[in-house]
Amino acid sequence: MILHPPILALTLAALVSAGALVAASAFAVRLLGRWNLASGAQSQIDLEKRTYLVAVALRFAMAVEIAALVLFVFNADRMSAMFVGAMCAVGALNASVYGFPALFAKIALFFGASLWLAADIVDARGRDYPLTRWKYGLLIALAPLALAEAGLTIAYFLDLKADTLTSCCGKLFTSDRPTIASEMAGLDPRMALGMLYGGFGVVLAGAALARRSARARPLYGVVSLAFFAVALAAVVSAISLYVYEHPHHHCPFCLLKREYSYFGFLLYAPLFAGAALGASAGALGLVRTPASLAHAMPAILRRMVVLSALGFAGFVLVATWAIARSGLILTG
Amino acid sequence: MSGWWARQRYLLDYASASLWRRKGRNLVLWAIFAALVFILGSVILFGSAIRREAALVLRDAPDVVAQAMRMGRHDMALASDIAKLKSVRGADRIEGRLWGYLYDTSTDANYTLQTPSAHAPDLALQKGEAIVGEGVARLRKLSEGKHLFLVSPAGRLLKAKVKKVLSPESALVSSDLVLVSAEDFRAFFELAPDQFTDIAMRVRNPSEVGTVSGKGALALPHYRFITRANMARTYEALFSWREGLLLAIATGAILAFAILAFDKASGLSAQERREIGILKAIGWETSDIIRMKLWEAGLISVSAFVAGMTLAYLHVFAMSAPLIETVLKGWSTLYPRFALTPHVDALQVTTLAFLTLLPYIAAVLAPIWRTASADPDRVMR
Repeated sequence: MILHPPILALTLAALVSAGALVAASAFAVRLLGRWNLASGAQSQIDLEKRTYLVAVALRFAMAVEIAALVLFVFNADRMSAMFVGAMCAVGALNASVYGFPALFAKIALFFGASLWLAADIVDARGRDYPLTRWKYGLLIALAPLALAEAGLTIAYFLDLKADTLTSCCGKLFTSDRPTIASEMAGLDPRMALGMLYGGFGVVLAGAALARRSARARPLYGVVSLAFFAVALAAVVSAISLYVYEHPHHHCPFCLLKREYSYFGFLLYAPLFAGAALGASAGALGLVRTPASLAHAMPAILRRMVVLSALGFAGFVLVATWAIARSGLILTG
Repeated sequence: MSGWWARQRYLLDYASASLWRRKGRNLVLWAIFAALVFILGSVILFGSAIRREAALVLRDAPDVVAQAMRMGRHDMALASDIAKLKSVRGADRIEGRLWGYLYDTSTDANYTLQTPSAHAPDLALQKGEAIVGEGVARLRKLSEGKHLFLVSPAGRLLKAKVKKVLSPESALVSSDLVLVSAEDFRAFFELAPDQFTDIAMRVRNPSEVGTVSGKGALALPHYRFITRANMARTYEALFSWREGLLLAIATGAILAFAILAFDKASGLSAQERREIGILKAIGWETSDIIRMKLWEAGLISVSAFVAGMTLAYLHVFAMSAPLIETVLKGWSTLYPRFALTPHVDALQVTTLAFLTLLPYIAAVLAPIWRTASADPDRVMR
């Protein structure tokens, strides 16, 4: 293990939030068995009281998880100075077999946490907490993911050794190897950008539809996730080339470096926010609207759809700006 | 949305007034939190500043250094070996270096004696001349034109006129440095004319450094080849490790603080209990009280964090971190006096926030909830 301050901070964050999620899901199991709002028994009152603690603790833990995702990537980039062959976060993540799985688990947990937070916000608006069962069911599903994430993060940090030989992003994002990263890098930039702008059109149409009709919201969730994938492919195959002004540098992680004025954070923040909001609105759209939320829930979901579309618009705007200001000409 | 903001503002208003009503107790907690942030912040800021300094210093180091080895120990390099290295393609500017350490009994300090490189004409010296570092000049009260006297372990005397005192900007590497001519050096340490301390090489193409040092190792199998990248990584790992070790020890302090915060938040006075009872009786909800209490915790922790961080910044960059420097950078009589270049980045601040705010908030959540969920009739009775 490398005793590096951000590693200590991230380990602490992983332990605290996984601990909170596991404790809360133990409570969730109890709640699902006994929850009965009509009852006035002491056990029901205790359960109701305890939901306040669990909700606050979970909001806190999920906020920590979201911040930890940013810190994790930022730190991986900084640590690349310690490994032979590493140039950016890719090298540091590749220095252990657990690196990329830990990152993917963090991203998956980010989406799960966003959905839970959205459900919690909606639920708090109803006088009878109608989504409680749904919310705590989701929590039980998230607990294994949180445990896996904490386990992978700690395994990754324990596995890191300063003398590891690793490979840089140029190795991973080349078009001649049969991996998803290579497929993305090998995509024709013109086609990738076409898909990006076309996809954005679909997102806007979907958002307009989902604002009006409740039935279209699950569909918008699917569209958001699809656009998220298209956007990442466009970053790897085209947008990064424009930012680096280099026709063969495809890395989506070098964008986060100081050399490119942390441009990646500006690019990814609205994209992740848009995808999380869109997917959460879509998933909540599958839930039948309870009577006590007849007004509040559709209003919140509509607002989430609008915010999600705004996030995607922000991403497209930032990407377009990068292309317009770049000195590289890829498409004649 | 505006209703939400207004609500938060009222809660914040109430929270700050409530903090002020119990200022004695809260001030203690605040001061301890600020002190904790100050210590951890100093470690983090100093650690990363010194890593930057080391990286800057290494920028001018030779690409490859070759050291002769004998029975696993460092041995003298020979002029014939330098000739062999010259046949390695890609390497240029190969030179034997003369440097060594001298323990000076009169000042109880270790000096680094060295001869200037042939490629640094501004440092060229005649026999009987010397250039000294800022630390040596300070300790020996030397200035330009004065004479420096050194005695070797074998009893040989060196008398040299100080030609120049090196500027303090380069103090990190040159504080304990004494540059003398090769002739004086050999006479002082009784070295044969074909002996050198080690060999320095420059490599024309930076991406060939590994290959060139590999070829060098083939030509001279009894030599150890160290590249600059190796040294940079070693320094990075060393300082990170020291910094991390200090923080790991400080985990005990963080834990102690979290327990203190938990205890403070749990122990409610009768007056506070009544206050919460009244709030609930006049219509506050449990969630409102939780929010108000979280505002209190937020006000204490964020203001203490900012205060501690500011103090740490001043401690490290204005005062060169007197409280922690010996642990982090090592020590010696002649340790250079240098001011670190002020530099703070988001990674450091986020790391520190994770290490201090996170345990604090985690520790006070449960007590806050217990306070907020108490029944009004029970607490007011």
